[in-house]
Amino acid sequence: MKLLIILTLICLCISFFTSREKTMIGIKKGFTMFIRLLPTLLLMLAIVSIVLFLIPRETMAKYMGEGSGIKGWIMAAIFGSVALIPGFIAYPLCGILIQSGVAYSVIAVFITTLMMTGFLTLPVEVKFFGWKVSVIRNLVSLAAALLIGLVMGLLL
Amino acid sequence: MKELKKYIALVCFLILIGLSYLFDFAAGEKIGLNFCMFFKEMILFLPLMFILVGLFDVWVPREKIEKHIGRDSGWKGTGLVILLATLQAGPLYGAFPFAYILWKKGCSIRNIFIYLGAFSTLKIPMLTFEIGFLGLKFSLLRTLITLPLFIIIGYLMEWILKDKYFEVKQP
Repeated sequence: MKLLIILTLICLCISFFTSREKTMIGIKKGFTMFIRLLPTLLLMLAIVSIVLFLIPRETMAKYMGEGSGIKGWIMAAIFGSVALIPGFIAYPLCGILIQSGVAYSVIAVFITTLMMTGFLTLPVEVKFFGWKVSVIRNLVSLAAALLIGLVMGLLL
Repeated sequence: MKELKKYIALVCFLILIGLSYLFDFAAGEKIGLNFCMFFKEMILFLPLMFILVGLFDVWVPREKIEKHIGRDSGWKGTGLVILLATLQAGPLYGAFPFAYILWKKGCSIRNIFIYLGAFSTLKIPMLTFEIGFLGLKFSLLRTLITLPLFIIIGYLMEWILKDKYFEVKQP
Protein backbone atom coordinates (compact mmCIF):
# COMPACT_ATOMS: atom_id res chain seq x y z
CA MET A 1 0.00 0.00 0.00
CA LYS A 2 2.73 2.44 1.01
CA LEU A 3 4.67 1.40 -2.07
CA LEU A 4 1.70 2.23 -4.29
CA ILE A 5 1.26 5.64 -2.67
CA ILE A 6 4.94 6.45 -3.13
CA LEU A 7 4.91 5.16 -6.70
CA THR A 8 1.84 7.25 -7.55
CA LEU A 9 3.27 10.38 -5.90
CA ILE A 10 6.58 10.05 -7.74
CA CYS A 11 4.79 9.57 -11.07
CA LEU A 12 2.50 12.51 -10.33
CA CYS A 13 5.41 14.81 -9.44
CA ILE A 14 7.46 13.92 -12.50
CA SER A 15 4.40 14.25 -14.70
CA PHE A 16 3.37 17.54 -13.13
CA PHE A 17 6.75 19.18 -13.56
CA THR A 18 7.06 17.97 -17.13
CA SER A 19 3.65 19.08 -18.27
CA ARG A 20 0.89 20.38 -16.10
CA GLU A 21 -1.62 20.19 -18.90
CA LYS A 22 -0.98 16.54 -19.70
CA THR A 23 -1.08 15.65 -16.02
CA MET A 24 -4.51 17.20 -15.64
CA ILE A 25 -5.78 15.34 -18.72
CA GLY A 26 -4.39 12.08 -17.32
CA ILE A 27 -5.97 12.54 -13.90
CA LYS A 28 -9.26 13.48 -15.50
CA LYS A 29 -9.21 10.38 -17.69
CA GLY A 30 -8.46 8.14 -14.72
CA PHE A 31 -11.10 9.79 -12.61
CA THR A 32 -13.77 9.43 -15.30
CA MET A 33 -13.07 5.70 -15.54
CA PHE A 34 -13.23 5.41 -11.77
CA ILE A 35 -16.61 7.16 -11.55
CA ARG A 36 -18.03 5.00 -14.32
CA LEU A 37 -16.94 1.82 -12.60
CA LEU A 38 -18.00 2.94 -9.12
CA PRO A 39 -21.64 1.73 -9.09
CA THR A 40 -20.68 -1.79 -10.22
CA LEU A 41 -17.82 -1.81 -7.76
CA LEU A 42 -19.90 -0.72 -4.77
CA LEU A 43 -22.65 -3.18 -5.58
CA MET A 44 -20.08 -5.96 -5.78
CA LEU A 45 -18.68 -4.94 -2.38
CA ALA A 46 -22.20 -4.97 -0.93
CA ILE A 47 -22.72 -8.53 -2.19
CA VAL A 48 -19.31 -9.58 -0.87
CA SER A 49 -20.13 -8.17 2.58
CA ILE A 50 -23.34 -10.18 2.68
CA VAL A 51 -21.59 -13.38 1.60
CA LEU A 52 -18.80 -12.88 4.12
CA PHE A 53 -21.47 -12.51 6.79
CA LEU A 54 -23.18 -15.72 5.69
CA ILE A 55 -19.86 -17.62 5.73
CA PRO A 56 -17.91 -16.24 8.70
CA ARG A 57 -14.21 -16.93 9.15
CA GLU A 58 -14.85 -19.47 11.89
CA THR A 59 -16.98 -21.54 9.52
CA MET A 60 -14.27 -21.44 6.87
CA ALA A 61 -11.66 -22.54 9.39
CA LYS A 62 -13.87 -25.37 10.55
CA TYR A 63 -14.55 -26.78 7.09
CA MET A 64 -11.00 -26.45 5.83
CA GLY A 65 -9.61 -28.12 8.91
CA GLU A 66 -12.00 -31.05 8.92
CA GLY A 67 -10.38 -34.23 7.64
CA SER A 68 -7.95 -32.09 5.71
CA GLY A 69 -7.87 -34.57 2.78
CA ILE A 70 -9.82 -34.05 -0.41
CA LYS A 71 -12.67 -32.37 1.43
CA GLY A 72 -10.42 -29.72 2.95
CA TRP A 73 -9.05 -29.01 -0.51
CA ILE A 74 -12.42 -28.66 -2.14
CA MET A 75 -13.67 -26.41 0.64
CA ALA A 76 -10.52 -24.29 0.41
CA ALA A 77 -11.03 -23.92 -3.33
CA ILE A 78 -14.70 -23.00 -2.92
CA PHE A 79 -14.13 -20.50 -0.12
CA GLY A 80 -11.13 -19.02 -1.87
CA SER A 81 -12.94 -18.60 -5.19
CA VAL A 82 -16.05 -17.08 -3.73
CA ALA A 83 -14.64 -14.93 -0.99
CA LEU A 84 -12.85 -11.67 -1.47
CA ILE A 85 -10.88 -11.17 1.70
CA PRO A 86 -8.27 -8.41 1.89
CA GLY A 87 -4.71 -9.67 2.45
CA PHE A 88 -4.43 -8.09 5.88
CA ILE A 89 -7.21 -10.39 7.07
CA ALA A 90 -6.52 -13.43 4.91
CA TYR A 91 -2.90 -13.94 5.96
CA PRO A 92 -3.47 -13.77 9.72
CA LEU A 93 -6.39 -16.17 9.19
CA CYS A 94 -4.07 -18.56 7.33
CA GLY A 95 -1.54 -18.29 10.12
CA ILE A 96 -4.18 -19.37 12.61
CA LEU A 97 -5.29 -22.20 10.31
CA ILE A 98 -1.73 -23.53 10.08
CA GLN A 99 -1.38 -23.45 13.85
CA SER A 100 -4.63 -25.35 14.25
CA GLY A 101 -3.31 -28.10 12.01
CA VAL A 102 -4.63 -27.34 8.53
CA ALA A 103 -2.30 -28.76 5.85
CA TYR A 104 0.00 -26.41 3.94
CA SER A 105 -1.39 -27.65 0.64
CA VAL A 106 -4.92 -26.64 1.68
CA ILE A 107 -3.65 -23.19 2.68
CA ALA A 108 -1.89 -22.86 -0.68
CA VAL A 109 -5.12 -23.66 -2.53
CA PHE A 110 -7.05 -21.21 -0.35
CA ILE A 111 -4.58 -18.35 -0.82
CA THR A 112 -4.15 -18.87 -4.53
CA THR A 113 -7.86 -19.06 -5.28
CA LEU A 114 -8.42 -16.10 -2.99
CA MET A 115 -6.03 -14.02 -5.06
CA MET A 116 -6.48 -15.32 -8.60
CA THR A 117 -10.14 -16.19 -8.89
CA GLY A 118 -13.12 -14.19 -7.83
CA PHE A 119 -16.59 -15.33 -8.71
CA LEU A 120 -18.11 -12.47 -6.78
CA THR A 121 -15.91 -9.96 -8.59
CA LEU A 122 -17.10 -11.30 -11.96
CA PRO A 123 -19.51 -8.37 -12.47
CA VAL A 124 -16.49 -6.03 -12.42
CA GLU A 125 -14.28 -8.29 -14.52
CA VAL A 126 -17.02 -8.70 -17.12
CA LYS A 127 -17.12 -4.93 -17.64
CA PHE A 128 -13.57 -5.19 -18.96
CA PHE A 129 -13.26 -8.64 -20.49
CA GLY A 130 -16.82 -9.78 -21.27
CA TRP A 131 -18.44 -12.93 -19.88
CA LYS A 132 -16.69 -15.57 -21.90
CA VAL A 133 -13.11 -14.50 -21.27
CA SER A 134 -13.78 -13.77 -17.59
CA VAL A 135 -15.25 -17.21 -16.97
CA ILE A 136 -12.41 -18.92 -18.86
CA ARG A 137 -9.80 -16.97 -16.91
CA ASN A 138 -11.39 -17.86 -13.59
CA LEU A 139 -11.73 -21.54 -14.42
CA VAL A 140 -8.15 -21.80 -15.68
CA SER A 141 -6.91 -20.02 -12.55
CA LEU A 142 -8.93 -22.37 -10.36
CA ALA A 143 -7.28 -25.36 -12.04
CA ALA A 144 -3.86 -23.75 -11.55
CA ALA A 145 -4.60 -23.16 -7.86
CA LEU A 146 -5.47 -26.83 -7.34
CA LEU A 147 -2.26 -27.80 -9.10
CA ILE A 148 -0.26 -25.42 -6.90
CA GLY A 149 -1.85 -27.01 -3.82
CA LEU A 150 -0.95 -30.46 -5.12
CA VAL A 151 2.70 -29.57 -5.70
CA MET A 152 2.94 -27.77 -2.35
CA GLY A 153 1.49 -30.83 -0.68
CA LEU A 154 4.12 -33.04 -2.28
CA LEU A 155 6.99 -30.72 -1.35
CA LEU A 156 6.07 -29.62 2.18
CA MET B 1 -30.51 10.08 -14.86
CA LYS B 2 -29.17 6.87 -16.33
CA GLU B 3 -26.10 7.22 -14.12
CA LEU B 4 -28.27 7.56 -11.02
CA LYS B 5 -30.32 4.49 -11.90
CA LYS B 6 -27.26 2.33 -11.40
CA TYR B 7 -27.19 3.33 -7.75
CA ILE B 8 -30.75 2.27 -6.88
CA ALA B 9 -29.79 -1.21 -5.63
CA LEU B 10 -26.91 0.25 -3.65
CA VAL B 11 -29.09 2.90 -2.02
CA CYS B 12 -31.57 0.18 -1.01
CA PHE B 13 -28.69 -1.79 0.49
CA LEU B 14 -27.46 1.22 2.45
CA ILE B 15 -30.97 2.07 3.69
CA LEU B 16 -31.37 -1.51 4.96
CA ILE B 17 -28.00 -1.27 6.72
CA GLY B 18 -29.01 2.07 8.23
CA LEU B 19 -32.31 0.59 9.45
CA SER B 20 -30.40 -2.34 10.98
CA TYR B 21 -28.38 0.07 13.04
CA LEU B 22 -31.50 1.96 14.04
CA PHE B 23 -33.30 -1.16 15.23
CA ASP B 24 -30.23 -3.04 16.51
CA PHE B 25 -30.52 -5.81 13.96
CA ALA B 26 -27.26 -7.70 14.49
CA ALA B 27 -26.99 -9.33 11.05
CA GLY B 28 -27.40 -6.02 9.27
CA GLU B 29 -24.87 -4.36 11.53
CA LYS B 30 -22.28 -7.03 10.79
CA ILE B 31 -22.86 -6.75 7.05
CA GLY B 32 -22.49 -3.00 7.43
CA LEU B 33 -19.14 -3.45 9.17
CA ASN B 34 -17.95 -5.76 6.40
CA PHE B 35 -19.02 -3.25 3.79
CA CYS B 36 -17.13 -0.47 5.60
CA MET B 37 -14.00 -2.60 5.65
CA PHE B 38 -14.18 -3.39 1.93
CA PHE B 39 -15.09 0.17 1.10
CA LYS B 40 -12.08 1.50 3.01
CA GLU B 41 -9.75 -0.91 1.24
CA MET B 42 -11.18 0.04 -2.14
CA ILE B 43 -11.29 3.80 -1.67
CA LEU B 44 -7.70 3.87 -0.38
CA PHE B 45 -6.03 2.32 -3.36
CA LEU B 46 -8.33 2.37 -6.37
CA PRO B 47 -8.15 6.14 -7.01
CA LEU B 48 -4.35 5.75 -7.00
CA MET B 49 -4.58 2.99 -9.57
CA PHE B 50 -6.79 5.14 -11.76
CA ILE B 51 -4.42 8.10 -11.50
CA LEU B 52 -1.62 5.79 -12.64
CA VAL B 53 -3.80 4.51 -15.47
CA GLY B 54 -4.61 8.07 -16.54
CA LEU B 55 -0.97 9.19 -16.44
CA PHE B 56 0.08 6.05 -18.27
CA ASP B 57 -2.48 6.85 -20.95
CA VAL B 58 -1.18 10.37 -21.62
CA TRP B 59 2.55 9.71 -21.29
CA VAL B 60 3.37 6.27 -22.61
CA PRO B 61 3.33 6.12 -26.41
CA ARG B 62 1.73 3.15 -28.10
CA GLU B 63 4.88 2.29 -30.06
CA LYS B 64 6.86 1.76 -26.86
CA ILE B 65 4.32 -0.65 -25.42
CA GLU B 66 3.95 -2.51 -28.70
CA LYS B 67 7.68 -2.88 -28.95
CA HIS B 68 8.41 -3.91 -25.36
CA ILE B 69 5.38 -5.94 -24.29
CA GLY B 70 3.51 -6.35 -27.56
CA ARG B 71 2.96 -9.43 -29.67
CA ASP B 72 6.58 -10.05 -30.61
CA SER B 73 8.18 -9.00 -27.34
CA GLY B 74 9.34 -12.39 -26.02
CA TRP B 75 10.78 -13.04 -22.57
CA LYS B 76 11.86 -9.50 -21.89
CA GLY B 77 8.29 -8.35 -22.27
CA THR B 78 7.08 -11.02 -19.88
CA GLY B 79 9.68 -9.90 -17.32
CA LEU B 80 8.58 -6.30 -17.73
CA VAL B 81 4.87 -6.91 -17.08
CA ILE B 82 5.71 -9.08 -14.07
CA LEU B 83 7.92 -6.33 -12.68
CA LEU B 84 5.17 -3.77 -13.25
CA ALA B 85 2.62 -5.95 -11.45
CA THR B 86 4.79 -6.70 -8.42
CA LEU B 87 5.13 -3.00 -7.66
CA GLN B 88 1.40 -2.44 -7.39
CA ALA B 89 -1.03 -3.20 -4.59
CA GLY B 90 -4.62 -4.08 -3.89
CA PRO B 91 -7.13 -6.77 -4.83
CA LEU B 92 -7.32 -8.18 -8.33
CA TYR B 93 -10.20 -5.97 -9.46
CA GLY B 94 -7.79 -3.03 -9.25
CA ALA B 95 -5.65 -4.62 -11.95
CA PHE B 96 -8.43 -4.66 -14.56
CA PRO B 97 -8.25 -0.93 -15.35
CA PHE B 98 -4.52 -1.26 -15.82
CA ALA B 99 -4.98 -4.30 -18.03
CA TYR B 100 -7.34 -2.18 -20.12
CA ILE B 101 -4.79 0.60 -20.62
CA LEU B 102 -2.05 -1.91 -21.44
CA TRP B 103 -4.32 -3.52 -24.01
CA LYS B 104 -5.27 -0.16 -25.50
CA LYS B 105 -1.60 0.64 -25.95
CA GLY B 106 -0.86 -2.60 -27.75
CA CYS B 107 0.18 -5.12 -25.07
CA SER B 108 -0.16 -8.74 -26.22
CA ILE B 109 -2.94 -11.04 -24.98
CA ARG B 110 -0.33 -13.25 -23.37
CA ASN B 111 1.23 -10.42 -21.42
CA ILE B 112 -2.17 -9.09 -20.31
CA PHE B 113 -2.93 -12.37 -18.58
CA ILE B 114 0.60 -12.75 -17.24
CA TYR B 115 0.19 -9.28 -15.79
CA LEU B 116 -3.08 -10.30 -14.10
CA GLY B 117 -1.44 -13.46 -12.75
CA ALA B 118 1.56 -11.61 -11.37
CA PHE B 119 -0.64 -8.90 -9.94
CA SER B 120 -2.77 -11.40 -8.06
CA THR B 121 0.03 -13.55 -6.67
CA LEU B 122 3.39 -11.75 -6.68
CA LYS B 123 2.76 -8.26 -5.37
CA ILE B 124 5.67 -7.31 -3.13
CA PRO B 125 3.50 -5.65 -0.44
CA MET B 126 1.48 -8.86 -0.18
CA LEU B 127 4.56 -11.07 -0.15
CA THR B 128 5.92 -9.32 2.92
CA PHE B 129 2.61 -10.05 4.62
CA GLU B 130 2.72 -13.66 3.53
CA ILE B 131 6.25 -14.19 4.79
CA GLY B 132 5.30 -12.66 8.13
CA PHE B 133 2.37 -15.00 8.71
CA LEU B 134 3.23 -18.14 6.81
CA GLY B 135 7.01 -18.17 6.79
CA LEU B 136 9.69 -17.67 4.18
CA LYS B 137 9.76 -21.29 3.07
CA PHE B 138 6.06 -21.43 2.29
CA SER B 139 6.04 -18.07 0.51
CA LEU B 140 9.13 -18.80 -1.53
CA LEU B 141 7.90 -22.21 -2.58
CA ARG B 142 4.44 -20.92 -3.45
CA THR B 143 5.94 -18.10 -5.50
CA LEU B 144 8.29 -20.42 -7.37
CA ILE B 145 5.47 -22.83 -8.24
CA THR B 146 3.02 -20.07 -9.14
CA LEU B 147 5.35 -18.09 -11.42
CA PRO B 148 5.70 -20.66 -14.23
CA LEU B 149 2.02 -21.57 -13.91
CA PHE B 150 0.64 -18.15 -14.67
CA ILE B 151 3.10 -17.71 -17.49
CA ILE B 152 1.61 -20.92 -18.89
CA ILE B 153 -1.85 -19.45 -18.29
CA GLY B 154 -0.79 -16.44 -20.36
CA TYR B 155 0.23 -18.65 -23.26
CA LEU B 156 -2.91 -20.76 -22.84
CA MET B 157 -5.22 -17.72 -22.90
CA GLU B 158 -3.42 -16.42 -25.98
CA TRP B 159 -3.85 -19.77 -27.68
CA ILE B 160 -7.56 -19.91 -26.76
CA LEU B 161 -8.27 -16.35 -27.88
CA LYS B 162 -5.86 -16.16 -30.79
CA ASP B 163 -8.32 -16.53 -33.62
CA LYS B 164 -11.25 -15.04 -31.80
CA TYR B 165 -12.29 -11.48 -31.37
CA PHE B 166 -10.76 -10.30 -28.11
CA GLU B 167 -10.76 -6.88 -26.54
CA VAL B 168 -10.45 -5.29 -23.14
CA LYS B 169 -13.28 -2.81 -22.95
CA GLN B 170 -13.34 0.53 -21.27
CA PRO B 171 -16.01 0.20 -18.58
